[in-house]
Amino acid sequence: MNIVKDKKSQHIVDYIKEFARKNSLFVMAYGTGCGAIEIPPTMTSRYDAERFGIRGAATPRQADVLLITGYLAVKTLKRVIRVYEQMQDPKYIIAFGSCTINGGMYFDSYNTINALDRYVPVDVYINGCMPRPEAVIEGFVALQEKIQRGDADNGKKYQENIDWYRENQMKVIKNWNMPDYNW
Amino acid sequence: MEDIIYKILGAILTIITAFVVGITYGGLTRKVIARVQNRVGPKFYQNFFDVLKLLSKRTAINHGVMQHFAPMFIFTSAVTVLMFIPILHDGLFFSNFSFHGDLIFLLYIMPFGPLGMALGAGQTGNPNSAIGVTRGLSQMVGFEIPFVLSLVALMVQFETTSVTEIVNIQVESGVWMIFSNPFAFLAALFAMFGMFRYAPFDIVGAPAELASGPASEFGGKYLAIMMSSSSIFTFAKLVLYVNLFFGGAENLVELLIKTFILYMVPVVYGLVSPRYRTEQSITYFWKWPLALGVIGMIWAII
Repeated sequence: MNIVKDKKSQHIVDYIKEFARKNSLFVMAYGTGCGAIEIPPTMTSRYDAERFGIRGAATPRQADVLLITGYLAVKTLKRVIRVYEQMQDPKYIIAFGSCTINGGMYFDSYNTINALDRYVPVDVYINGCMPRPEAVIEGFVALQEKIQRGDADNGKKYQENIDWYRENQMKVIKNWNMPDYNW
Repeated sequence: MEDIIYKILGAILTIITAFVVGITYGGLTRKVIARVQNRVGPKFYQNFFDVLKLLSKRTAINHGVMQHFAPMFIFTSAVTVLMFIPILHDGLFFSNFSFHGDLIFLLYIMPFGPLGMALGAGQTGNPNSAIGVTRGLSQMVGFEIPFVLSLVALMVQFETTSVTEIVNIQVESGVWMIFSNPFAFLAALFAMFGMFRYAPFDIVGAPAELASGPASEFGGKYLAIMMSSSSIFTFAKLVLYVNLFFGGAENLVELLIKTFILYMVPVVYGLVSPRYRTEQSITYFWKWPLALGVIGMIWAII
């Protein structure tokens, strides 16, 4: 048991874990916004994101990264929260486009949310309307660096501040009929 | 006593070899697919990262007991199949637990993993899982028949049910089984297309249609176990085919060359194929492969 308690050996284990996490990102692309049109060129032969170990995941259960492409209506926000809570720790969110930062061109719309960060924790923002595939890959690389530094575990942050997030979510989603989040 | 130690060491060594080779083949397949699509593709050892990452994830999904058991079932079945196949002939470590009659035993034990997986995937309650399971089991009914026919043809032709003896017969006579019974080989080859589930027979996982089918509610460690067990199972099936039809292998290099060439057949065929519907897939297996299996049987009797 000494080797487990020893701080240096734990550091090595963490390094290996984070190296593996960094090099293998399964992406759940939540493509309801207009930015989703930039995902196919990112994944296919021109900008081939699979070089960095990024590949699509079929279901939230298998995914690590939730890629939210653009504006979110209140109705789709509900689905995003559901998907995010179904994903397994450690999980990351990449917010894509200006709309997720401050509402973008839909800032005064009656049914879109303005700041995504108030409802789910975001790891990396990619700004632009809309960002090109190079920018998307740069965002992924920024996320990889963050993972390697070890400060990208936002699932824990969500877990700790669940009351604040729930309050904000329930403020905009009137018909709240979702199952409880079980860790 | 020494015999038992060699057996145990050999078993451990075999599992490690199967895991490493199977995972590497998976990575090479991704690389080949990427090159055909004019991409650079991932590193060929990418799948090791994937398995490592999935193992390091925290998993908190609970749908019931069978859901937790299903990956264990499929892993057990993969290792069991591997344990009863002689990897190299007259090797000290790699002959494993093969015995007289292991061919019949293999025929029985090979569908065990998919059946266990079906139970587990059924309990998750995901509709995609249920559809994937029904498709997978229907397809298994399709390709098992030509597979069994071709194996029975071999058994009848050489009056043995032991994989080791079939390898020995091929080595002694110097004629591989693909030449002494080509029809049985063709039937088994078509059955292999169904087993490896590449296009056009990828109706179980069905990317972009079923959301990875039976595996859709399994994440984290369970997915890692399923990935590694499917790699081991792939390697086991490839070695079985090499043993039965390509005269076995003297050393690991020969084995790797033979298995890799054999593995590339369904992969490359899948690259240029669209996906069949379920009933198309089953009728496909029940037409030409079945006929070839029957011809192989007649060939064996004459």
